[in-house]
Amino acid sequence: MGILEVKGVNKRFGGLQALGDVNLSIAENTVHAIIGPNGAGKSTLLNVLVGKLIPDTGSVMFDGQSVLGRKPYEINQMGISRVFQTPEIFADLTVMENVLIPCFAKRDGSFRMHAIESVTSETDMIEQAEQMLLDVNMQDKLRDHAGSLSRGDKRRLEMAMCLSQQPRLLLLDEPTAGMARADTNNTIDLLKEIKEKRDITMAIIEHDMHVVFSLAERITVLAQGTPLVEDTPANIKGHPKVREAYLGESG
Amino acid sequence: MFGLGKKDMALFWLVTVLALLAPFLLNPFPEGSELAQFNAGYPDLMQRFVIFGIFAIGFNILFGLTGYLSFGHAAFLGVGSYAAMWMMKLMTMNVIPGIFLSVIVAGLFAVFVGFISLRRTGIYFSILTLAFAQMSYSLAYSVLTPLTGGETGLQPKMADPRILDGALAPGATPQANLFGIDMGASYQMEVGKWLFTFNAGYYLAAILMLVSFYISIRIFRSPFGMMLRAVKSNKHRMNYTGLNTRPYTLAAFVISAMYAGLAGGLMVAMDTQVGPERMFWTASGEVVLMTILGGAGTLIGPVLGAGLIKYMENIISKINDNILHGWFAFMPDGLEDAIVFLIHPFIGKGWHLTLGIVFMLVVVFLPGGLVEGGQRIAALFKRKKKAGGAEPNAKPNQPAE
Repeated sequence: MGILEVKGVNKRFGGLQALGDVNLSIAENTVHAIIGPNGAGKSTLLNVLVGKLIPDTGSVMFDGQSVLGRKPYEINQMGISRVFQTPEIFADLTVMENVLIPCFAKRDGSFRMHAIESVTSETDMIEQAEQMLLDVNMQDKLRDHAGSLSRGDKRRLEMAMCLSQQPRLLLLDEPTAGMARADTNNTIDLLKEIKEKRDITMAIIEHDMHVVFSLAERITVLAQGTPLVEDTPANIKGHPKVREAYLGESG
Repeated sequence: MFGLGKKDMALFWLVTVLALLAPFLLNPFPEGSELAQFNAGYPDLMQRFVIFGIFAIGFNILFGLTGYLSFGHAAFLGVGSYAAMWMMKLMTMNVIPGIFLSVIVAGLFAVFVGFISLRRTGIYFSILTLAFAQMSYSLAYSVLTPLTGGETGLQPKMADPRILDGALAPGATPQANLFGIDMGASYQMEVGKWLFTFNAGYYLAAILMLVSFYISIRIFRSPFGMMLRAVKSNKHRMNYTGLNTRPYTLAAFVISAMYAGLAGGLMVAMDTQVGPERMFWTASGEVVLMTILGGAGTLIGPVLGAGLIKYMENIISKINDNILHGWFAFMPDGLEDAIVFLIHPFIGKGWHLTLGIVFMLVVVFLPGGLVEGGQRIAALFKRKKKAGGAEPNAKPNQPAE
């Protein structure tokens, strides 16, 4: 029984079958990649997992609880964090505040009216945020405006924000899309480091095979909305069905 | 001290000193001189400074922090005024219960309006709040006449019950008071040619403004305030960080409406009458101007903006052609007439034109409002001190949106 169980999920947009009978099980503490050509339904699947889309049929269970029909913030509070294709950060706030907010969200839940005590008096939260920024090597940028960071640093910051909630499942939507090779490698190293340091399950949606094969322990190949095959990276590499889906080769 | 950081405390002390010494500071010109008409140190205007300061401070908690632009905040001011007036008519002319009630009623009304309006963002939110305010205005003007007095508004009457007050002495009229201190009572001090007026009502309003200002600093520096800024910055990320934005924005909306209610209650305490025009959309627009002019999202900006607009409204509108002729009398006649002709549209009833131009200049050149202007000047001085040192480190604040 995996931490995330997707069973019989279907989703249609008008005449288009975006997801057709998707079954997927992600085991705890693994890095699971979901790959597939453009239009295979990867993003739709991810949006179903975070509550942005509700499937027509099927179930999505996280740690034994259904996520369907819950709001994105409720699903996040269950322990699922998401990293976006373009980093979603609080651009007008400082780096420190960016990390403090998820720390507070973890401690206080989805809403708390703490309007009188000052942020600076919450020393344990600040320590926690500082430690997190140290973990991603951003300790010298605490006071910078997040919007002025380089793209690579924004990605780091977003990771730090997600991790400071101590999620049990981290969803990554093409974390290296549009990055130069050096930045991509840095991101791979960062993710490896994160995985080494803590018990966390990661689901990565990715185009870049280099990233997938550097990180993933299990790979699911999606094509035309349906899982084609699920296996270890070594077995996926030479799989004829995968080559067919990607390259259109027959046989 | 008082849970504030060093800089905030300094700012708070500065505002305190300015507010308490306002009767001196706003009357720099001797009585009877040419320039005496620029004096703003009379009770009526000083009261307006601090009351609209409270209104703008509250508005800034919503607009400056969350970015939600309410275009109907005057509705809460009006509702607060009516509530305070009824407390005075039914219970007591002591202003404290009335002010208290005005805050509560405005807050409750805001829970209702906010619950509906905050389902939308951006321009739709603004339109919804505007619609609510205009509905309130129309209702107060027509259907609710028994409650609001319609067009004529409400004033304390001799026949009002005033259950908690004793009977009035024969011939006395009901006066708003604070445990017996008449709100209109003033002490005048003559120093040489100068005349300073200390008004009881002004000091009550000023103290409440300082309390409001203090609370607003605390909110700005709290985790709650940080969350509100996060709403403005990226609502999407808020949702995916496990935070429900709705209660945060609703709380900000209600708090800012309570500030508006307080301002409304104080208006009634200073000048015991209220009419529906207080809720008209221009009144809602005015507080938006004040906040943007001073600097949205800054602590002191809204107070400065409120002060500037009320000063212009009262002082520039008093200047007329005769006064201009007096100023330019030293010039040859033709030139004098020409200059008066040129300035004429900007004074008296034309003060809105002057305000419009000032507003345009500020928004174009100082998007951070007067506060940004102050910061630039401070940065300029710092650079001079450093004598060609590094770049000035005073970053301009977030521009208003």
